[in-house]
Amino acid sequence: MPPESLRCKECKTPYPLDARYVCEQCFGPLEVLYATSSDADPAALRRRIQAGPHSIWRYADFLPLAAPPRGTLPAGWTPLLRAERLAERLGLGELWIKNDAANPTHSFKDRVVAVALARARELGFETLACASTGNLANAVAAHAAAAGLESYVFIPSDLEEQKVLATGVYGTHLVSVRGNYDDVNRLCTELSGEHEWAFVNINMRPYYAEGSKTLAFETVEQLGWQLPDRVVCPIASGSLFTKLARGFEEWLDAGLVSGEVPTMNGAQAAGCSPVATAFEGGQSVCRPVKPDTIAKSLAIGNPADGPYALDLARRTGGSIDSVTDDEIRSGIKLLATTTGIFTETAGGVTVAVLAKLAERGDIDPGERVVAYITGEGLKTLDCVRGTFETMEIEPTVAAFDQASAADAVAA
Amino acid sequence: MAVTVKIPTQLRSATGGESTTTVDGDTVGEVLDALYSRFGELRSRIAEDGGLRRFVNVYVGGDDIRFLDGLDTPVADGDEVTILPAVAGG
Repeated sequence: MPPESLRCKECKTPYPLDARYVCEQCFGPLEVLYATSSDADPAALRRRIQAGPHSIWRYADFLPLAAPPRGTLPAGWTPLLRAERLAERLGLGELWIKNDAANPTHSFKDRVVAVALARARELGFETLACASTGNLANAVAAHAAAAGLESYVFIPSDLEEQKVLATGVYGTHLVSVRGNYDDVNRLCTELSGEHEWAFVNINMRPYYAEGSKTLAFETVEQLGWQLPDRVVCPIASGSLFTKLARGFEEWLDAGLVSGEVPTMNGAQAAGCSPVATAFEGGQSVCRPVKPDTIAKSLAIGNPADGPYALDLARRTGGSIDSVTDDEIRSGIKLLATTTGIFTETAGGVTVAVLAKLAERGDIDPGERVVAYITGEGLKTLDCVRGTFETMEIEPTVAAFDQASAADAVAA
Repeated sequence: MAVTVKIPTQLRSATGGESTTTVDGDTVGEVLDALYSRFGELRSRIAEDGGLRRFVNVYVGGDDIRFLDGLDTPVADGDEVTILPAVAGG
């Protein structure tokens, strides 16, 4: 199914497959349109996928590239783990955790950057750039280094130190902007018109966003070529959420799987919840907000894919919920103590919303649920600092026995 | 009030290639109306039902007008109004 053109999601105007992201007629976002091949044999397609590499490139038939690239960081093919203890705690039946922290730079952004970089090289770009809340910064810097491209990474100046350090180490041009993510994004949107750079999430956005579909493909394959009944996924711009559903749809259309698109539940932090607020209020567009939350990787106050996320949640019988910073911390701890997975704040948002849905009785015990953990706990250490006690002792057995007894009493 | 308007790359085919232009107006709405009368094609590209299309962002001095008074946001002499497509994700 080779890519055929770019097309405006709003007014359907077609454009060539070059570095552009916005419709000149109506300013709507562009997306990749693929040639339809209704005569493709699903069994042959499935065999081709199964014979592919253990990375997102096994899904090359569904990605907007002329050919799968060589010599890049291998993104994707992350574990899908059955979370029985967490399911039991929440009173759920079949619960799975897709742990996308197990990527080269420890977040799902490796998927989208791998696709954007590959397309940027096909188009002849020599410099990669991005506006980032942190995870994307890590991924762009690392993938550009691996491919031998120059990179410019723009981040808000209040970003977590771990994410700053894990970007600078790759030798990128790191630009810390005095403002929030939306300010960084506005600046980069202006810069993208003035520089011959591939801004992965701006002028390369139609290709970049396609990378998120691979999370849906992997989920289906790892479930034994079956669909989940429901998914819970964090929402920042709404791109991952909508592309996840698109991935399921494309495989339904290709005959690789049968059933219907899962119930789509979106998760936001209360301190930056323009999409959840619009969902609750019954609106079809989001009113921008100024973010104030510990979930900085989700702190996009002006979510460009918000209208599509709202439509998707409503269309599939899902919802978009928000949780407080305290609930986010509890979500991180709940996941860690029941699955052994330490996630960053975005994962805390997802788990906290999952818990909320379970408590509200939205999830039938017979449902197969997949929750998407998109990033790594080591990147947001501050939010777990001070949430537990350490026994500090002299190196003697007596000291340990005493501390241990006190600990048992406290527990 | 003379205000500078920055035109994004995607709209420059409607402004004869100009990236900035100076127009008069006391509010963002008046500035945009002045812009439309100079470059007629711009109206159909970014305006809709008396407002702006939903993927159009307008800033005054870097602030999104949705955090100010929208099209009624006042502008002062020398202000800079920036039109940009909505794009996000990072």
